[in-house]
Amino acid sequence: MRHMIDQLSWKVGGQQGEGIESTGEIFSVALNRLGYYLYGYRQFSSRIKGGHTNNKIRVSTNQINAISDDLDILVAFDQETIDVNYQELRPGGVVIADAKCKPTIPDDGKASLYDVPFTEIAKELGTPLMKNMVAVGASSAILGISADHYQEVVEEIFLKKGESVVEKNMQAIRKGAAYFSEQAGGQLDDFLLKEADGKKRMFMIGNDAIGLGAIAAGSRFMAAYPITPASEIMEYLIKKFPDFGGTVIQTEDEIAAANMAIGSNYAGVRAFTASAGPGLSLMTEAIGLSGMTETPMVIVDTQRGGPSTGLPTKQEQSDMMAMLYGTHGEIPKIVITPSTVQEAFYDTITAFNMAEEYQCPVILLTDLALSLGKQTVEPLNYEKIQIRRGKLEKEPNLPEQAPEEYFERYAAAEDGISTRLLPGTENGIFHVTGVEHDNTGKPSEKPENRQQQMDKRLRKTETVPYRFDVPIYANEPYKEPDLLVIGINSTRGAIQEAINRLDEDGFSVNHAHIRLLHPFPTEELEDRLHRAKKTVVIENNATGQLASIIRLNTGVKVESILKYDGNPFLPAEIHSKCKELL
Amino acid sequence: MATVKDFRNKVKPNWCPGCGDFSIQAAIQRAAANVGLEPHDLALITGIGCSGRISGYINAYGFHGVHGRVLPLAQGVKMANRDLTVVASGGDGDGFAIGMGHTIHSIRRNIDMTYIVMDNQIYGLTKGQTSPRSDAGFKTKSTPDGSIEASLNAMETALTAGATFVAQSFSSDLKELTSLIEQAMNHNGFSLINVFSPCVTFNKVNTYDWFKENLTKLSDLEDYDHTDRNKAMQTLMEHNGLVTGLIYHEEDTPSYQDKIPGYKSTPLSEDNLELDREKFERLANEFM
Repeated sequence: MRHMIDQLSWKVGGQQGEGIESTGEIFSVALNRLGYYLYGYRQFSSRIKGGHTNNKIRVSTNQINAISDDLDILVAFDQETIDVNYQELRPGGVVIADAKCKPTIPDDGKASLYDVPFTEIAKELGTPLMKNMVAVGASSAILGISADHYQEVVEEIFLKKGESVVEKNMQAIRKGAAYFSEQAGGQLDDFLLKEADGKKRMFMIGNDAIGLGAIAAGSRFMAAYPITPASEIMEYLIKKFPDFGGTVIQTEDEIAAANMAIGSNYAGVRAFTASAGPGLSLMTEAIGLSGMTETPMVIVDTQRGGPSTGLPTKQEQSDMMAMLYGTHGEIPKIVITPSTVQEAFYDTITAFNMAEEYQCPVILLTDLALSLGKQTVEPLNYEKIQIRRGKLEKEPNLPEQAPEEYFERYAAAEDGISTRLLPGTENGIFHVTGVEHDNTGKPSEKPENRQQQMDKRLRKTETVPYRFDVPIYANEPYKEPDLLVIGINSTRGAIQEAINRLDEDGFSVNHAHIRLLHPFPTEELEDRLHRAKKTVVIENNATGQLASIIRLNTGVKVESILKYDGNPFLPAEIHSKCKELL
Repeated sequence: MATVKDFRNKVKPNWCPGCGDFSIQAAIQRAAANVGLEPHDLALITGIGCSGRISGYINAYGFHGVHGRVLPLAQGVKMANRDLTVVASGGDGDGFAIGMGHTIHSIRRNIDMTYIVMDNQIYGLTKGQTSPRSDAGFKTKSTPDGSIEASLNAMETALTAGATFVAQSFSSDLKELTSLIEQAMNHNGFSLINVFSPCVTFNKVNTYDWFKENLTKLSDLEDYDHTDRNKAMQTLMEHNGLVTGLIYHEEDTPSYQDKIPGYKSTPLSEDNLELDREKFERLANEFM
C-alpha cells in the first residue's frame, strides 16, 4: 500500500490578471467539497494587470489555521514564479510549470520540474484562457484526485455560458491530468492525499463572514468607500441587502460613510461601515461623535500595512493604538478582535448587539490575513444568533409632551446607559449634539453637568469584559508554564502550531489570544501572566503595540516577537524565536 | 394638526440681535406647519457654526453633528426612516468649504431631503474669517489685504452637479423663504436652498441694505422659467448669482430611494431584525 499524507501545501503563481485567483479558487472549492480543510493566503500587489501574484493553499484532513512554513507543489505560469518561490519549496517538492515559458529550476537537486504545456493544450481546446484549468488538472493528478470532482464547480461557473463551455473546461482539466501522469510516469510518491471525511463545510474569507454576520445581526444599511482589504464586505452586501429591503451606498469618502452610518443608527437602523487604516483615519472624528452622542455604530477595520498608504495589500496589525485612542477627547468604545473566520461571523453580531446595548461605537478589528484568507469553516450555528437592542424603546407609551419639555435621552442611570428613543416617536422629542449637553441633549457648559455626563458615558462600558463571551481564547494545559504566548487576530493558528512543536521540544507553553481589546480584559489576563515564568507577545507591527497595551493594563512587562515585513508569521518563525527565549 | 407654535421651544438662540438666522428659524417653523407636519415627523440635522445651533431652537428631532458633515448624517437618517421629513442646515463654511464634497455628491445622489444653507459669506462663530462665499477683495481677520480667491458661485455649481431643486432666498423675505422651504419639503429629491442671512457683527459689506439694493427677484423677471436649466444658468451668470426665488426645479426625476433595487417602501427602522432559519441556511449554503 502506498504511503498517504494528511496535508500538503500548494501554490499557484503568475502575472496578476492571468487567472491566478480563479485557478486557486476552483482547485480549493473542489477540495473543500471533498471534505478537506483548507487555509489560503494570497500574495498580490496594488495593481490589476501584471506583477507577480500567487495564491498559497494548505490542504489537510484536519482543521488548520495557518499557512505552512514550506511548500510541496508550486504551479508556475511563468519563470518569475519559480524564481520568487523556489526557495520556499521543501526538499523533494515539485514544480509544475507552463512549458511555454521554457521553465528552468536551480541545479541544486532540491525539487523536480515537470513542464506541462498549459497554454498549448488550452489553445488546442479553443482558447488560451483555459490554461488555468489545465493547471488544475495537473495539480489534481499529483494529489490523486479524480477530474470528475471538478464537474460541479465548473458547472457552477460556466453553465451560464453554455454546456459546451463546461465540457471544454472539463476537457482541459482531464488533459492536464493525463499529460502530467504520463510525464511523471504514474502516481508520485509523497503526494497522495488521504481521503477526506466528505463532510460539508463552509469555505469563506473573513470578509464574507462579516457580511453574513451583518445580515444575521439585522443590519440593513452599509455606507462605505472602497479600499483594500475591506471592499469584499460592501460588494457582498450590495448583492444581499436588497433581499432584506436594504442597500449599500458607496459614499464620496470615508468621512461620509461614517457619518451616514451614525445618521442611520440614530434613526434606528443597524447601519455600519468598513474600511482599513487610511479610511479609519478619516473616520476618527465621526467615531468621536458616536461616542459623545451615545449613538450606536459599528465600524470594521481590516488592518493592512501602514502608515499612510503603507503596504495596502500586505498583512499588518498596526492600527491597535489608533483604534483605542484615535479620537480627540475621551469616549466609551469597544474594540473586538476575532481570530478566525467563525469568530468574525459571531463577533460581527456581538458588535451590533453591543453597539446598541452600550450605545457607543464598536470597532470590529481584523487583519488582512483574516479578512482575505480563505478558510474552511465548520457550519455556523443558527441557534447562536441573538438580537439584543439594549435600552431602545421603539413603541414607548409617553405622556403628552409640551414643546419646551424634551425627553431625557441622557438621563442619569446607574449603569450610565439611558433609555433610547428614535426620531419619529410621538411625544419623545429630544436633542442630540456633539457639544457637551444636559440630560435632554441641550448644550450645557455647566461644570457639574459636564462631570456628570462624562462620568455617565465613561462608566457605560465597565461591564463589557464580563459580558463579552470569551474575551481571551486560551489553550492552557499547564498551571505554571515555562512560557505564555499571547497573540491577536489571524496569528492564532501559527502560534498554535509553534506551541505544538515547543511541546515536542519538551517545553510547557500556554496560549492566550486576545479577543476583546477594549475595554481590556485585565482580570482575565493578570492571573495567566503571573502564573507563567515568561510571557511573549506575537504581533505584526514594529513597536509592540499589544505588548504596550498589556503592560498599560496589567503593569507586567512582556517580551515581544515582532514581524512587520508585510507577511504573516510562519509557525517555524514563532517556534524558533520562542525557543531563543526559553 | 400642528401649528407654527408647536414647532417653537423656549430655548433662546445664542445668535446676535438682528442676525438673519432668526428669520430662517421662523421660516422653517412656518413651512413645517404649513405642509402638515407634526413636530415628531421632522428631523432637523445641522452642522457647526452659529447656524448649526438651529437644531436646538426648533421643536423637532434635532441632531447637531460635526463640522461639514451634516449631509451624510442627514442622508443616513433618511435612509433609515423614509417617513421622516429630513431637513439639513448649516452655514456657508459648513456646506461650501469643509463640506463641499458632500454637497456636490448629495446633489448628485438626490436623496429626498431639504438642505438649507444659511449663507452670511463669513465665518461668524470663529469671529470673522473669510468664507468661500466671500467676495474677492473682502477684508477679514484672515484676509487683511482682501480675499484673493474667487467667490464660489454656489447656485451655478449646484446646477452643474445635476441638482433637481435649487432655490435662493433672503432672510428678510420671510414669505418667499417659507414658500420655498415648503416647495423643497414637497419635492421628491434633494432640494438646495441658499439663504442670504446677513451677519450683523462681522460682515459690514453684505448688509441688509446691500442685499436690498443688489438682489433681483426671479418672479420680477419676464418669462423666467424654472424648468429651463439653460435659462437658469444664464440668469445666474447675468446677475452674478444675486437672485432670489425658485431657480430650477425638475419634478419628474425619481429620487435616489425610488431607484434603489428592493428598497422597502416602509421605514427600514421598523423592520424585524430576526433572520429566519431558512434564509440563513440559504445564505450559508452559498459558501459550501
